[in-house]
Amino acid sequence: MTERSERTGGHGGLLIEPAKEAPGVPAAPPSVVRAVARGRRRNASRRRLVILTLAVLVVAGFAVTLMAGQTFYPPGDVLRVILGEQVPGASFTVGRLRLPRAVLAVIAGFSFGLAGVTFQTMLRNPLASPDIIGISSGASAAAAVAIVSLSLGGTQVSVLAIVSALAVALLVYTLAFRDGVAGTRLILIGIGISAILDSITAYVLSQAAEWDLQEATRWLTGSLNGTTWEQVLPALVALAVLTPVLLSRARNLSAMQLGDDTASALGVRVERTRVTVIVAAVGLIAFATAAAGPIAFVAFLSGPIAARLLGAGGSLLVPAGLVGALLVLVADFTGQFAFDTRYPVGVVTGVLGAPYLVYLIVRTHRAGGSL
Amino acid sequence: MTSVGTDRLPDAALVVRRPARVRILWLLVTVLVLAVLMTASVALGSRDVAWSDVWAGLAGVDGSLEQAAVTKRIPRTLLAVVIGAALGLAGGVMQGVTRNPLADPGILGVNMGASLSVVTAVAFFGLTSPTGYIWVAMAGAALAAAFVYTVGSLGRGGATPLKLALAGAATSAAFASLVSAVVLPRNDIAGGFRLWQIGGVGGASYERIGQILPFLAVGFAICLLSARALNSLALGDELAAGLGERVAVVRATAALGAVVLCGASTAVAGPIGFVGLVVPHACRLLVGVDHRWLLPFSALAGASLLTAADVVGRMVARPADVEVGIVTALIGAPFFIHIVRRQKVRDL
Repeated sequence: MTERSERTGGHGGLLIEPAKEAPGVPAAPPSVVRAVARGRRRNASRRRLVILTLAVLVVAGFAVTLMAGQTFYPPGDVLRVILGEQVPGASFTVGRLRLPRAVLAVIAGFSFGLAGVTFQTMLRNPLASPDIIGISSGASAAAAVAIVSLSLGGTQVSVLAIVSALAVALLVYTLAFRDGVAGTRLILIGIGISAILDSITAYVLSQAAEWDLQEATRWLTGSLNGTTWEQVLPALVALAVLTPVLLSRARNLSAMQLGDDTASALGVRVERTRVTVIVAAVGLIAFATAAAGPIAFVAFLSGPIAARLLGAGGSLLVPAGLVGALLVLVADFTGQFAFDTRYPVGVVTGVLGAPYLVYLIVRTHRAGGSL
Repeated sequence: MTSVGTDRLPDAALVVRRPARVRILWLLVTVLVLAVLMTASVALGSRDVAWSDVWAGLAGVDGSLEQAAVTKRIPRTLLAVVIGAALGLAGGVMQGVTRNPLADPGILGVNMGASLSVVTAVAFFGLTSPTGYIWVAMAGAALAAAFVYTVGSLGRGGATPLKLALAGAATSAAFASLVSAVVLPRNDIAGGFRLWQIGGVGGASYERIGQILPFLAVGFAICLLSARALNSLALGDELAAGLGERVAVVRATAALGAVVLCGASTAVAGPIGFVGLVVPHACRLLVGVDHRWLLPFSALAGASLLTAADVVGRMVARPADVEVGIVTALIGAPFFIHIVRRQKVRDL
């Protein structure tokens, strides 16, 4: 997608293993320099390959989602619908039902993946993803209040969601701050805040005229059922605006993984970068959540999966976004057609993500780290 | 009872010791509060009733709508009292067994484990008998407790409070996802989607209370009888062993008691969190750290808390009903955050 993040190379073994390579080691012998350069070239080509494969898979998944379903429409029909022609049957099914749904799947997945890995990178902890530390819950609670209790719509919902998500991020960070922010404390406080916000969501839903399972699942686990273009548009605009912002900070973010002091020595304006990155990532989460609900564990899963695919080195932002988009597309398709009943996408990603979450904790504990 | 073993108490337990007079006073206050709350729970609700109707309802008359409402509130109140007592006591025991201020049947995933096992058994194995629910729920609670404790104690430093809480919260989230996946497509599961995600006491009946009472009685007995041993355990495993306790046996027995309480509660009321966290902490302030006082107090205060939460849930959104599990989360989660913040950085 962008070439900028390609050049960050070298220090990005985030999430799974801390970066082992010390920066700026002086005067290495020429043979070592050549070996390192060769390694980097190999990494870069692997990186290009992985990103390309992921992008192809996302496009393929998108195409399959448009064509397949209760009725199959050949690629020609689908293409004509996208180009704006009237095709009997397909115009409604593909144009009105499948297309907004698939587009939102890609947008929401990309937003969650990108924002998730940003948080994980910045806080240097895979558990510090926005869906675990309460930011998604904040957006979701605000959206549920706005839609169910206040009968708002469109932009107002998104605005309320982003304000509330930012407030939650600030609150969690402030509460966790005591002689610096310790990782585990931030995560546990986030879990506590999520519990409060989730019960507010549940309260709002119970206040609604009747317990509507459809609405409930959207705000509790995330769902793409009944997606309309009206929901898709704000999320699309947010993604278009905020992705470049995050990608342009990818390099600073990688430097900040080495610690704030080292990063400022390398010329990074640490505080400014941090604020920009948090606001942008929270914005992505909030807009995507206002449209699709807090699709469970996508933000949490995408980063580690991308890191696994890429191996060490390089920025994970774009690959994680692609992984997120692919996850949501596949999970939604599976939820709709693989079983007798239709599951909302959040239930599928939740079932996938839950065991991984436990596995991650088992592994971290066993490795002796205190997270 | 008041002067039992003062001279045998180890030093550590004396740190927050309260004179017997103070404890008796608090005991009276707690009982009084519980009585007031129970009365409120019968008298207040979505329908306004006169006191005369309350008395008539208590006497078993249900001639009018008001009196019928009262007769429906009585089992609900009783259920809130027994479940609250069970969860408060279970929380106190778990905090003692794990020596962990963050232990709570909800946070450690035990209640969600019970919920998941019931839902699974109903959905895939055709479980229908109410007693079966309770056994399955207890098995699920036990498995979840064992699992979380194992995960939390892996690695360096054993089961530190934060590791355990993290393992529990993650497991709880994982189970909640699985519960939605099992329940969503099946409208036939008793209590539906809400009960197994968010606990509530709305569906109370004398029959259901009767079904769990024997189990709760066993759980109460085991937990209260292990109070003395938990006092020794509070000194650390080596010292407790030196005092003649069989540490592993004590731990397993007390944990079993707590699991029985959690399983039975969840089988009728769904997963209710945070009661077991808040209550023992509050009680420690009132009566000190001696488990022989702390545990009965936790049961009483747990009953009060849950009854109060239920009354609040009924009153805030009249005529709708807010599940008691929502109210306890709103009260308990800030408290959880407070304790997490208080932990020293070196523990993190």
